[in-house]
Amino acid sequence: MNRLLPFFGFLLLVALLGFGIWWNTQHDQREVPSPLINKPAPAFALPTLDAPDNTVSKASMLGKPYLINVFASWCVACGEEHPVLMSEASQLGVPLVGYNYKDAPDEAKAWLEKHGNPYSLIIVDREGRTAIDFGVYGAPESFLVDSKGVIRYKRIGPLTPAVIEKELKPAIAVLAKEVQP
Amino acid sequence: MTGRKTLLAFRTQSALLLLLMLFAGALFAQAIEPLPFKNHTEEVRFQHLTRELRCLVCQNENLADSNADLARDLRREVFEQMQAGKNDAQIKQYLVDRYSDFVLYDPPVKPGTWLLWFGPLLILLAGATVVVITVRKRSRAGAPAESTDSASINEEDDW
Repeated sequence: MNRLLPFFGFLLLVALLGFGIWWNTQHDQREVPSPLINKPAPAFALPTLDAPDNTVSKASMLGKPYLINVFASWCVACGEEHPVLMSEASQLGVPLVGYNYKDAPDEAKAWLEKHGNPYSLIIVDREGRTAIDFGVYGAPESFLVDSKGVIRYKRIGPLTPAVIEKELKPAIAVLAKEVQP
Repeated sequence: MTGRKTLLAFRTQSALLLLLMLFAGALFAQAIEPLPFKNHTEEVRFQHLTRELRCLVCQNENLADSNADLARDLRREVFEQMQAGKNDAQIKQYLVDRYSDFVLYDPPVKPGTWLLWFGPLLILLAGATVVVITVRKRSRAGAPAESTDSASINEEDDW
């Protein structure tokens, strides 16, 4: 028995290594959990892309849930995400609000013209100031905001069909149930 | 005449070179974006503070060293909050509220991080317990057998 003890110790270490590898394939190490979930979204007042004189604020968006999607024409992963948004946006059941992040308006417009526009509204944060309040650290990011202006779900990185099915749609379904009674 | 011309050409060239060098300096200065500090103490405080904060884009760099776009924005934010008279704890809290404890290089001691802070101590204690138990066992079993039973000693030497 004593002879086998080191071998068991070794097996334990192998199991630990295996667990570590498995854990890393399941979790994105770069993902920082947002402290803003289930907290009120920060107040914002940002111009729209189409009409820079019009500002959209958090107050004006209250009353209905919506999904904010942070994107930019310079963001490579946004290009990967874009076709997914194009096909899924209409089936989400909540309006998709584009958040143009640190981008030149002309380039953003050209980009949308080329790839299509899945957004029902686009707000522009050229300096990226409001984005700091939202804890944005890399596009694309998506925030699900409920009718009371509370952030209920956040996705860091591209929305994929799998993520939409497994995470986003259930989160939206919860919001829909809250509205009915 | 030609000598004068070459001299003139040389002068224009060196003037151009000088100009280019000046521009190169300007470009470099822009890359490190000097902030208008009021005095040296403020600059030292800023450097110290940004060194304790993590850049979220390139996660093994601190805010002071990172050249990422977001790091630049956050440095500006930290600088402006310093100008507004906020203390280091307030500025850190501002960033923690938005980016979670992850922005701090030193994780705070709280229930969620107890394992992180005291885990090594637990492992050390577990190791010490094992050592104590083994030593006691051996001294109890080994004392009478030491001189007579050489086979058991050999067995223990195996590993």
